[in-house]
Amino acid sequence: MHLILFLLFAGLCLAGAINLLLQSHPINSALSLIVVMTSLAVLYLLLGAEFLAAAQVIVYAGAVMVLFTFVIMLLNAGREERTLGSRAARTVGFPAVVVILAILATVILHIQGLGAATMQDGITSTEDLSTILFTKLLLPFEVTSVLILIAILGAVALARRGDGDTERLAGK
Amino acid sequence: MNPAPLQLAAHGIPLAWYLLLSAALFSLGVIGFLIKRNVITVFMSIELMLNAVNLTFVTFAHQWHAVKGQIFVFFVMMVAAAEAAVGLAIIIAIFRARATLAVDRIDLMKL
Repeated sequence: MHLILFLLFAGLCLAGAINLLLQSHPINSALSLIVVMTSLAVLYLLLGAEFLAAAQVIVYAGAVMVLFTFVIMLLNAGREERTLGSRAARTVGFPAVVVILAILATVILHIQGLGAATMQDGITSTEDLSTILFTKLLLPFEVTSVLILIAILGAVALARRGDGDTERLAGK
Repeated sequence: MNPAPLQLAAHGIPLAWYLLLSAALFSLGVIGFLIKRNVITVFMSIELMLNAVNLTFVTFAHQWHAVKGQIFVFFVMMVAAAEAAVGLAIIIAIFRARATLAVDRIDLMKL
């Protein structure tokens, strides 16, 4: 059961990520990214992180991706133009990606003592998580809330239309 | 290295598979960052990389039965949400100024 779930959702994850690269319309890429994030939530659940699975669906697949699709539709982003990209990306980027993946795979396959994930063990309850979050890590948690507040204010300030913009857009 | 499926059903999925999946997702994110020409899709590739790293954190949290890894993922998620809000606001501002989303045309700061 565990194996089937893992293979199914790992496959969905990879398929979604590859589809994100292949699609030329941003909205299709955004929908594939939602597939990737939702499959990752299932994988978190298989690893016993139940709170993170819920947060992944609510925060990432929900809030963040709604923001993405909203901006894509607001800006009416069309099909992207296919260009070859920069020369640096082709000559340095792709070999570097292959090398990084090869190194990571080699290191991962040689790690000794890596365990296995089963359905029974290692489930972190939300209670355990919140106990640490609200006692030992209370200050970082509150700082994060201030960070999000600043981010909201910054987003509003950035996206707000300046005074000169209205006439310039009308003139176009 | 690859146990038979029956063994897997009894002993669970090796955590190395999760790590390999995470490495593959991260590499796909880097490739997307390099080949995509739309600034929103480039931004989505960055989100994909963040998610891949989160999977690694959760895997190691499971390996050591530690909650700290999951706490880290929680903070990464919160910062990523803030980052997405600010980043998309910047994209809206860029679109308003340049009327394009193609990264090839947004090259004012390029040498």
